[in-house]
This record gives sequence, C-alpha cells and structure tokens, in this order.
Amino acid sequence: MFDGTQKRVACMWFPRLPCERVLRARPIEAPFALTLNQKNTDRIYCLTPQAEELGLQRGMSFADARAFCPTLVSQPAQPDLDTRFLSSLRRWATRYCPWVGREGTDGLVLDVTGSAHLFGGEEAMLTDMRGRIDRAGLTLRLGLADTRGAAWALAHFGEGRIAPGQARDRLAQLPVAALRLEPQMVVRLQRLGLRSIGDLLTTARAPLARRFGTELMLRLDQLLGDCPEVIGPEAEPPHFGVRLTFPDPIGLFADVMAATERLLMPLCDKLKTHEAGARRLMLSLRRVDQGSQQVELRLAAAIRDPARILPLFARGVGGVDAGFGIDQIRLEATVVEPLPVQQIGSMARQASPDRLNDLITRIGTRIGLENVQRFLPADSHIPERSFTIAPAAYSAPDSGWVCLRPRPLRLFPPEPIAASGMQPPARFKWRRMALTTARATGPERIAPEWWLEDDAWRSGLRDYWKVDTREGRRLWLFYTPQNPGWFVQGEFA
Amino acid sequence: MFTLMQTRRLPHISLRIGRVHEVCGPSSRGFAAILSAPGAVFWIRETWLADTLHPLGLTSFRDPTLILTAVTQDQTDSLAVAEEALSDGASNAGALPYVVIEITRPLNLREGRRLQLAAKAGGTTGLCVIPEGMGSNAAETRWRASPVFDAQREDSTLMRWENIKNKSGTIGAWDVRWDSETRRLHVVSAAAL
Repeated sequence: MFDGTQKRVACMWFPRLPCERVLRARPIEAPFALTLNQKNTDRIYCLTPQAEELGLQRGMSFADARAFCPTLVSQPAQPDLDTRFLSSLRRWATRYCPWVGREGTDGLVLDVTGSAHLFGGEEAMLTDMRGRIDRAGLTLRLGLADTRGAAWALAHFGEGRIAPGQARDRLAQLPVAALRLEPQMVVRLQRLGLRSIGDLLTTARAPLARRFGTELMLRLDQLLGDCPEVIGPEAEPPHFGVRLTFPDPIGLFADVMAATERLLMPLCDKLKTHEAGARRLMLSLRRVDQGSQQVELRLAAAIRDPARILPLFARGVGGVDAGFGIDQIRLEATVVEPLPVQQIGSMARQASPDRLNDLITRIGTRIGLENVQRFLPADSHIPERSFTIAPAAYSAPDSGWVCLRPRPLRLFPPEPIAASGMQPPARFKWRRMALTTARATGPERIAPEWWLEDDAWRSGLRDYWKVDTREGRRLWLFYTPQNPGWFVQGEFA
Repeated sequence: MFTLMQTRRLPHISLRIGRVHEVCGPSSRGFAAILSAPGAVFWIRETWLADTLHPLGLTSFRDPTLILTAVTQDQTDSLAVAEEALSDGASNAGALPYVVIEITRPLNLREGRRLQLAAKAGGTTGLCVIPEGMGSNAAETRWRASPVFDAQREDSTLMRWENIKNKSGTIGAWDVRWDSETRRLHVVSAAAL
C-alpha cells in the first residue's frame, strides 16, 4: 500500500446552523428557537445559547418551552432551506481544498491533504476558518485529524487538532459517543462500563464484535484509519450560461444575431455534453448606458441545435431597442430538460415533429406558448368536462376518444328558450330565428357530478334532446326537470 | 403544385392546395372538419368566442387528436399566426397541411392576399370560417354550408354545400351526407341553385 502522504481530514460542525441561518437575516435579542412538527407535536428543533441558559433544550415540546419561557421568540424550521444553506457553505469551503463533502445535515468534511501549507500550516488554516465563519455569524466547531472519523470525533467532543500519528492517545480519552454510533448502542456500552474509546481499545475485539455486531468494529477501525472511509464531494450543477463582451458597441440586427449565433455554439456544445436540451433561453443585452434588455425564448420542446434555435430568436431580437449600442450579451438556458442523444434514422422525412415543435415555438413567441393547445380526452359524462384543453408544448397527444352517444360539433354556453313541458317544444325561437321541430331524439339524462362544484349544473338533472328542425338546423337542447326550463347548448353539423 | 387536386375527394368538392378558401353558413365548421380530414389541422380562433369545438362531436368526422388550436387575443394575432402556419411548409413533412381560421371581421385585400401568398409559399391549404357576407376578394373559392332536414334518417348529416364563388372553375351546389362509418362523403344529388 502506498503510504507516501499522510491523509489529513478536517471536519466543520455548525451546531446551531438552522437558528443562525434565520438570525443572520433578522437578528433578534430575545431567546430564540425553531420548532419542527415531529410525530404530531411541535418540538424545539434548534435554539440559541441564550434560550439554553433559561433551561430549554433540543427536542422538548414547544408548549413546555413556552411555559418555561414566555418571552421565547419562535419560528417554524425549514430544513430544506437549511440544506440549501449548507450546500452554499460547502461551495465556499472549496476555497481550502477541492475535496469537500457534506457531513450529515449540519457539517462539512474537507480532505485537506497537501493544501494546509497554502494557508501557512494547519493551525493557521483552522484560525482562518474560524475567523471567517465567525464573521458570517455562525458557531463553528473544528476537528482536524488523520481520518474522517477522528476529525468528526474531535469536532463534536473536544475541539482541536491532532498532529499526525498521535491519534491513539488523544482519542482514547473521548467518550464512546464520538464513534458515530446509534444512541441505543452508546447506552448499552456505558452499561457495561465501557465509557471511553480507550476502554474499547483495551478490550478484546472478538467478544465486542459478537456482542455489538460489526458496526462498532467498523467505526472503531474508521476512527483509527485501519479501514478507509471515502469523502464524497458533490458535483457542481452545470451552469448553462455564456457571455460575450464587445470592444465597440453594436446595434445592427444582423450583428446581434451573429453574436447570438457565436454564443449559441458553446452553449449547445455544453448542453450536448450534459445530454440536456434548453426549454427556455434568456438573452440579456447590456447597453452602453447600463440599460439592459432581455429577450426570452420559450421552446415547445427541448432542443440544442444552434441552427434551429437561432431563427427563433429573430422576432425577439427585432423588438429590442439598442439605444446607443450594446456592449455585452449574455445567453443563459434558464430551464433545461434532459435530452438523450438519439439514433438518427436514415429516412429523410423524419423531421416532422421537430418542424412542428419549431412552428409551435414561433407561434408561441407571438401569442404565448400556452395558447397553442390540443384536446385531451377526459372521463366524464358532463359534456363540458368530457375533454380537457392542454398546452400542446407541455402535453403528449392522447387518442383514447370514446363517443358512445351522438354529440354536437359546436358547444356553447346554454342559451335559454321559451318553452315548457317535458317534451321538446313544437315551435321555438332561438337566436331570433323561428324554428319548427320536425324530429326529436331523446331524452338522454345526464346527472350532475355532485363531487365537483359547478355553478352551471346547479339546476340539477338534464334531459338532452337532439332536435332536427324543419329549417335544417340540428340543435342539442336540454330540459332541466328539477328547475323547469329549456336551453340550447350545441349544434350538430 | 397548383394543379394538384385532392384525388381522393370528389372532384367538384375539393379545396385546391396552396390557396386560401372561405366558408360561411351554419354548417361551416362541419365543412371544415370534413374537408380537413384525416390529416392534422391547425385551428385558429379568438379567445372571446363563446362557442367551442366539441372534440367528442368531431370524432364522427375526424380524429380530434390531430387538431392543434391556437387561441389568440384579436384577429391581427389570428392572421399573423395563420400566415406563420401557412408559410411554414410543414405540409411537406405531413405535419400541418390544413389551417382553419375563424374570421370575425372582414379581411381587406391586403390581408387576404398575404394569406394567399403564405399558402402558396408553404404549399398548404387555408380555410377561413367567415360570418355571412364577410368574404374577401382574394379568396380562391367561397362556400356556403347549411344543414338540410332529412326525413328518412334519424342520424343524418345531410347538408347543402354551395360553391358561391370560384376563381378558377364553375360554381355549383350539392347535397352531401357524411357517412361516419365508412368516413366518406356521399353526394346525394347535385342540387339546383
């Protein structure tokens, strides 16, 4: 095994990360706590030292805490925002070394092997970390040791740094909880009188493994470096944005389009490497007078072909006011969808869906992408709800149309006509036309869907009739027996 | 391209490809649905129009899956969208060979001519559904479609289609019926004008 470099790992623990994230944005003098609803009870999730001095503790119920301390200021916790804050801290921590991973929900682990000398040694680096985090308003506990387990143990139980090769003596004094074990196992170990790591190290391994399983042994080996442990650095999400700055401002349409084309090439290359396609593009044009104009392009389908995207920008760029000239343009794919590489067929006429999508995009830039729609079947007997209308760019065609009874070609909001009785009227007036019933087919009774609120169906049941008039019009009439009245709702072809 | 007639249709009742046509009358939407079948169609209408197409009613004429609708704010937008769709030429790839535009105010000669040019460029067929008497001079043909009472059949779709304007042919009138089972148009008789 290659043992040329001694591995050094630093662990940063932010014991009060959720609280301090909130207090950074809005400092509060009073005792402060965050609550989280766990098992149907609001419990204290995180609290400030000031609140701890008043006898409050993590995990106690919020009702008790308020009874103890009426001046307590509280707020519901938002663990997802905490995670996002921690990941931005992780990105910041790459200033110390390139290999930074997350440690649970409130810590970071840094593989600082060979990078400490850049900050003037390990002690100086820890001081630097402490100073910067302190300025950011966060509490920090640091540990620096040969292994990840040892660094974690130091950060949580007895802050500091262990010089290379001296781990065993220092770690032996730490309690068994520093081994990252389940709380139940810690209690079981303490019952046997094994209180510190030193006690474990002097005990025979075989009985321990038989009694507590392999996890304890694994943790112990990881602590001392007998068993390696990885640090998983997270990949940065790719940023799909490019920009171009000009020595002299430009203002002609053709120039801006040429510059856009030059930006599209690297952007589409990057999209291709990540097997993604742009769904929404934002072109920002900065003018010399510091004004900024933006052209947004929403695409009907994810694409990454510069030759297809460029003409779609023509309309938006044409409407830009260049003022005294544009000296910087930025192109960013703000919404990106996965678009795997596909086998290209040999058939020449295969491009039809792409052309249709381009057409939808071009029309969408004028009237809005959600105004290009298609019909989708829906499962309902109510005529208005037997279909749905969905934007074509965000839905797939569905051909499951079932028409069991004759339905009109045109549907309009019900128009009342003067008539009475259960049977269709022999003569009636509709839209100022006098019509004579020649044949009536029906009734078809449709009951309202009581599980949905619908004002149009408050009049209750409907008996639908197809009425062929002597004048030719074939109308769809209905009668509402619970609220007597006749209406025209549609016309057949 | 201009001499191409739709051979699978009846020769008199067909819309010339690469031109824009007009239809008025109560059955104009039925006319549009029948003549645009079975391919894809782009249907442009304004958002304030109260009556909508009912896709379940369309199933007896054509597949509603192949209809794309564009909902516009006003007729200017409708015409711009129609011009874009007509001139796209996606018809060559079989995507959108038909464009139906619901017109609410009369087209002037310039607008009508622009639609004709767009249809010519794209090799597509346009059909304007117009209110009575709002025809444009640029239209290739103008039709009036009105339903006729049929005493024999209960589920009849008997209609009278009148060709009331034709730039390159004769006018005429036909009584037609759509057979929803065989998906064919039957000419019952050539009606007297």
